[in-house]
Amino acid sequence: MSPKKKRFSLARVPAEVGVGLDERFQGATLLRRAFNKVFPNHWSFLLGEIALYSFITLLLTGTFLALFFDPSMTEVVYDGSYTPLRGIEMSQAFNTSLHLSFDVRGGLFMRQMHHWAALLFLASIVVHMFRIFFTGAFRKPRETNWLIGVLLFWLAFFEGFAGYGLPDDALSGTGLRIATGIVLSIPVIGSWTYLSLFGSEFPGTEIVPRLYIVHVFLIPVLLLGLIALHLAIMVKQKHTQVQVPRATDHNVVGYRMVPNFAFKTTGFFLLIFGVIALMGGLLQINPIWLFGPYKGEVVSAASQPDWYVMFLDGSTRLMPDWDLTIGPYTLPAMFWPTVVLPGVLTMLAVFYPQIDRRIYKDTEAHHIAQRPRDAAIRTSLGMMAISFWLVLTISGANDVVADKFDISLNAMTWAGRVGLLIVPPIAYWVTYRICLGLQQHDREVLAHGVETGIIKRLPDGRFIEVHQPLADGHLEYTGAPVPKKMNRIGALGPAIRGFFFPIEKEAPPPPAVTPVSPADAPRTLEEAPPKR
Amino acid sequence: MSSEHHHASVGADSTFEVDDPRNTQFDLVHEGLRRDGMEIAHYTPAFPPGRKSRAEKRIERSIAFLFVLSGLLAFGFVVAYIWWPWEYEVGAVASKFYNPILAVTLGGSLVTIALAVLVWAKKLLPHEVVVQDRHDGPSSYDEQRLTGATIMNVVDETGIKRRPLIKAAILLPAGGLGIAAVAPLVGALIKNPQDGHPLLKTGWNPENNDGQRVRLTRDDGTPIRPEEVSVGGQMTAFPGIPGGATNRWADSPTLLIHLRQDDADKLRASIAASESAQAAGRDVPLPVVAGMWENFVAYSKICTHAGCPASLYEQQTNRLLCPCHQSQFMITDQAKPVFGPAHRKLPMLPLDLEDGFLVARSDFLEPIGPSYWERPAEISEQEATS
Repeated sequence: MSPKKKRFSLARVPAEVGVGLDERFQGATLLRRAFNKVFPNHWSFLLGEIALYSFITLLLTGTFLALFFDPSMTEVVYDGSYTPLRGIEMSQAFNTSLHLSFDVRGGLFMRQMHHWAALLFLASIVVHMFRIFFTGAFRKPRETNWLIGVLLFWLAFFEGFAGYGLPDDALSGTGLRIATGIVLSIPVIGSWTYLSLFGSEFPGTEIVPRLYIVHVFLIPVLLLGLIALHLAIMVKQKHTQVQVPRATDHNVVGYRMVPNFAFKTTGFFLLIFGVIALMGGLLQINPIWLFGPYKGEVVSAASQPDWYVMFLDGSTRLMPDWDLTIGPYTLPAMFWPTVVLPGVLTMLAVFYPQIDRRIYKDTEAHHIAQRPRDAAIRTSLGMMAISFWLVLTISGANDVVADKFDISLNAMTWAGRVGLLIVPPIAYWVTYRICLGLQQHDREVLAHGVETGIIKRLPDGRFIEVHQPLADGHLEYTGAPVPKKMNRIGALGPAIRGFFFPIEKEAPPPPAVTPVSPADAPRTLEEAPPKR
Repeated sequence: MSSEHHHASVGADSTFEVDDPRNTQFDLVHEGLRRDGMEIAHYTPAFPPGRKSRAEKRIERSIAFLFVLSGLLAFGFVVAYIWWPWEYEVGAVASKFYNPILAVTLGGSLVTIALAVLVWAKKLLPHEVVVQDRHDGPSSYDEQRLTGATIMNVVDETGIKRRPLIKAAILLPAGGLGIAAVAPLVGALIKNPQDGHPLLKTGWNPENNDGQRVRLTRDDGTPIRPEEVSVGGQMTAFPGIPGGATNRWADSPTLLIHLRQDDADKLRASIAASESAQAAGRDVPLPVVAGMWENFVAYSKICTHAGCPASLYEQQTNRLLCPCHQSQFMITDQAKPVFGPAHRKLPMLPLDLEDGFLVARSDFLEPIGPSYWERPAEISEQEATS
């Protein structure tokens, strides 16, 4: 075709643009590799995505809110639509928060979405960390990403706390007031730090504008940077994977980024965004107009912080009044549960990869996610930490528990103090036994086979249960899932889905039960059709 | 760099001809995967090509339906956002549904489009298992050596090793600029707690009232007469100075309690016992303030634990409860903590009567609020009145 005759053809445009771009950026290989990148498939790998997508929702809704919010402590008299508060003196911060809630079209919807997304953000971070911890995914080479994860948790924590302090309602002011108590408790520099942060005695006029710049700029920039680094390291190191057939420590088994992963993750993002939108309009959260503006002398019972702060509230409530007097100086008891405790917990988390290396004497790189039962000590330590945290969190709401269940408040405090000491060791022991029990059962199945449910009477009158061996020979325990039911090894039809009532038709029986031969035994075992 | 090395073994295959007319599109995909160290272990299209089966058509219809529903809900959101009455009005019913309608339309639209995409992925995309080389482990020994030498060479090229003078001289600006980087921030923010002693003074100090003793007032600024507080009753009192009830004086709110006769006697006995113990040189929590006026007593509302208002008054047990961390203070025993994390009693405001109104004889005689490192146990009467 001569250049003269060359006519415009829409069908050729993508190819021509592609070639044109490649001539300039040489992206062909890179793009193909990105398209073909393999993602392992397991539901628990989606937890981090929830955190990422709720963070995006936070950025979107937060930007909207920032257009209307004014973090100023100037005293004004409320004159908005919400009649019960008209004529009340309040800060401009609280005034604009009310303005957002009542006089900006859709403002309340955005505010509530923002708050729910924040709670979801922290929750998904925590659950994501559980999955990383319990599957040993923090082991070499991923220690750095674990450390970044711990940092991200604390950044998100302070981001949430700073946001909680902005509207200057009764609850946010109470939270800040407690923060002053925490800062004051730091030895030597407590009072200096307190006055420096607040600019004057509490509350002053500086803290809300300062929290604002921290909340909308400083921490978000750090969060964005660390999230980008977190993801970049993950892409470079590739995901861990569960032990599916063919998976080894030197490969990744799954589906490609495009189309499968791209479709699923896009759908997942939209789903999370949608759920946050539903919560934002249907479930009321932080109704600041009911709390009223912050006043130094006002507080009500059942003032709980957001859920992720509750464990520190709980530790503060449980701490006995052990102020130490050192000569003319005082070390307030408050210092231990609010500064030392979170510091120690953070250090334990930060250094856990090294601790784990010591426990298991394992310095190798790992890419296969361990089953929690196969690392009984780690799993038990994790459950111990979770139970410790749970006791603290429940104690953070012990006045509500005492009220709702009609228990003495002091009894709740004592239950928390005692529980904090005895529940974690019990959790450790129980978890350890469960892990060993599960391992034991896997070994039994590997050695003797799957229970068939067939009871046979022997000539001498004994009854035995017939087991279906998985292989003729010896099967090594490798930490891979072991089939426990006949339908898992294709001997029966797959289990029919449905709770109480079947929701699908019974599948036709499999063509034939292939006898297991030693040669291909492991293959058959691992490739058994998953339960539907 | 390291990936180049790893890919050496799976580079271009000389037997594969990209332009071979017999190649299908999928052959090219395969070759691309092979070159990138990947292998398709299992691949089945969700439905065979050619005539669509009924099942396939059904799935196609459901996905299309979900997309249409999502689109309708999205438009529904826009319509509701613009035209549904949203302005708050007491008693108005329609505007109450504004937020739920926004949630159902926008959230519904997002959830349905998400479902459409997810069903598409699950039911229509090919089922595949692809195995990719992980390229784990470090770079090759050669790579490490070459890079290491390059770095060390840069060090040599700068000559820093043979020029100790420069090395030493660099330390000074490094330290200086490091400190200079934080100095403005710290220097601008820092406040000295000894400067004017803000932590030791509250609005009750006569210096805020031209040297006159400060009246106890309500939040509207009206002074309080003793007979206005019923026996067994209590009231929050603010310093009677301009803005005394605002957050500018958030350290000053005080709980004024009119004790019943027997409770007042208990408190007087408690104070007397402390005074005699103090005189005998025994260890009592300082200061002991004989600050009652008749059967009235006033305690700082700011909890000595974390600073919340310790203001839930249990009339029957004579306890004050702080709802933040459940510290409890015994009113009839100089507000000593009897349970919870608080360690010190609530400071007592010394009371008096002047022209028929309650006044503070002086500021608190100990710092109010949470403990801190250099917190003095007491404030002299002289400091508390000037």
